[in-house]
Amino acid sequence: MSETTVDTGKRTWLIATGCAGAIGGAAVAVPFVSTFNPSERAKAAGAAVEVDISAIKPGEKLTVEWRGKPVWIIRRTPEQLDALKQVEAQLADPQSMRNPAELTPAYARNQMRSIKPEFFVGVGICSHLGCSPSDKFQMGPQPSLPDDWQGGFLCPCHGSTFDMAGRVYKNKPAPDNLEVPPHMYLSDSRLLIGEDNKA
Amino acid sequence: MAEFKEISPNAPMAEKALNWVDNRFPLSKLYKDHLSEYYAPKNFNFLYFFGVLSMLVLVMQIVTGIFLTMHYKPDAATAFASVEYIMRDVPWGWLIRYMHSTGASAFFVVVYMHMFRGLIYGSYRKPRELVWLFGCAIFLALMGEAFMGYLLPWGQMSYWGAQVIVNLFSAIPFIGPDLALLIRGDYVVGDATLNRFFAFHVIAVPLVLLGLVVAHIIALHEVGSNNPDGIEIKATKDANGKPLDGIPFHPYYTVHDIMGVMGFLLVFSAIIFFAPEFGGYFLEYNNFIPADPLKTPLHIAPVWYFTPYYSMLRAITGEMMYALIVCVIVAAYLGATRAAISSTLKAAVIGGALALVGLMLAIDAKFWGVVVMGGSVIILFFLPWLDNCAVKSIRYRPDWHVYLYVAFVLNFFVLGYLGVKPPSLIGERVSQIGTLYYFGFFLLMPWWSRLGETKPVPARVNFAAH
Repeated sequence: MSETTVDTGKRTWLIATGCAGAIGGAAVAVPFVSTFNPSERAKAAGAAVEVDISAIKPGEKLTVEWRGKPVWIIRRTPEQLDALKQVEAQLADPQSMRNPAELTPAYARNQMRSIKPEFFVGVGICSHLGCSPSDKFQMGPQPSLPDDWQGGFLCPCHGSTFDMAGRVYKNKPAPDNLEVPPHMYLSDSRLLIGEDNKA
Repeated sequence: MAEFKEISPNAPMAEKALNWVDNRFPLSKLYKDHLSEYYAPKNFNFLYFFGVLSMLVLVMQIVTGIFLTMHYKPDAATAFASVEYIMRDVPWGWLIRYMHSTGASAFFVVVYMHMFRGLIYGSYRKPRELVWLFGCAIFLALMGEAFMGYLLPWGQMSYWGAQVIVNLFSAIPFIGPDLALLIRGDYVVGDATLNRFFAFHVIAVPLVLLGLVVAHIIALHEVGSNNPDGIEIKATKDANGKPLDGIPFHPYYTVHDIMGVMGFLLVFSAIIFFAPEFGGYFLEYNNFIPADPLKTPLHIAPVWYFTPYYSMLRAITGEMMYALIVCVIVAAYLGATRAAISSTLKAAVIGGALALVGLMLAIDAKFWGVVVMGGSVIILFFLPWLDNCAVKSIRYRPDWHVYLYVAFVLNFFVLGYLGVKPPSLIGERVSQIGTLYYFGFFLLMPWWSRLGETKPVPARVNFAAH
């Protein structure tokens, strides 16, 4: 075997057919990997949700499901709205400047992060790793929270905290404020989540 | 290829049958190479039970797993109920399920002990690097297997644990969100996710795992086992070429291992029958609540075997990033001034460090948390090339090396403990120090493992006949 010389013509063809086979193999992987993507049924399941908000009392929260995620509708009390101003210095992004296109629609880029100051509408999914933060509306010292706590949310997974407008505090694992979904008021008591008239 | 071997027609039936097989399949050869003439060092201690125990648990997980799939339904609407059905209505179903769920924790106990054994006796050193690499790959596959299996009961912990871990991938810049979508197959963890995790858990990963186990053992039997003294037994052979300090695996270690298996099964059965949930550590209480995508449990923590890495993930906050940046700068400075490398390489070190610092400032701490968590497992792969100590076994290392190893193990336990606890300020600080120690232990190993006076290594192993 070692005596024979290399037939370069044959070797070129071996390499060429080998490459062609490899490309074919890689192409076959495409449909297989594509099956991992969301199916047409999953994509179609993202319809807008209409909610009656007339029964929510001040200080209460209503959770509805939209695209499989929890959406919170919170009717904030005047004290809670006041607290939004006080905590501003401790927040990472009080003006909602980061990723505004994805997180905060133009009509919510204000201190309250809402259309109507009283009602906050936000997706209750932490921007860190997708846990749903728990309600910590009561002000004052309590476990896992600073002593000057002004009310908001605490993510049970990694301890990120948010104020009553879903704005994240500084030096927490979560980088971003909670997402405000596209929404609009159909009337004073009817809220539509998932669609807005600015699109 | 062996010659075709004829045997006397008067030979006993069994001998003739074996000869017939041996002419067509290397049965006797395999038996000799891997059992009756595989020479293992005679000085194995207690820690050498855990290899065979990992094998035992692997077989047990496969067998119980097969029986569980006969009753389990991988469907978000029925999965939780089908597990309860196995627990309550299937005859002896509870036993099979508890064997499988306790087996998962037992698997990690024995694998961690097995890895610890390798770590302290230098079983990863030349020529056993590939044994170690295959082992690390097994550990990685095992982590994937355990993670995907934990989603299947579709309890609250299953659901939110998967949500958190899958979202880890979305922290990767640019491709992250699409990658997470590809893994979930939906915009949130849902039926699609459960179904595919089931497929990975019951067939894809186990196949990989089995292949890696075979590779691990073939590599081990090629180079031979290490031992607590870290002495090559092949260096001292008798007139027949058999290692003087070696004994045939069968019957010596097969019988010896049966004792280890009995001890293990005693403890294992006691847990299955008397404490299958193990106080919420093996089966978390929140997982007895069906998955609710709208409500995260107040306290979520991974199962105990993932918590050291989870602690390191949590330790990476915005503040911690500055500490890490300082570490990178110091490392680059030392590399540029002290290391014995060419000046172009030094320029590359400085350039690389500056680029890294730039990235560390530009990308969220969240992403670096994921990098640290992944890195804490991946770094194990590099161990054979990090250790520069003149001796293999901890028995002949300088005494202060032993303290470093003790601190490493304690640190691992502390990180594990903090990982099951709710986040707290003091816990965060401790886990940050723990993370620095964990990485410092490995990354500085090329330097510290060289230092100190090693003890003289004897030519023959320490062994007192009993």
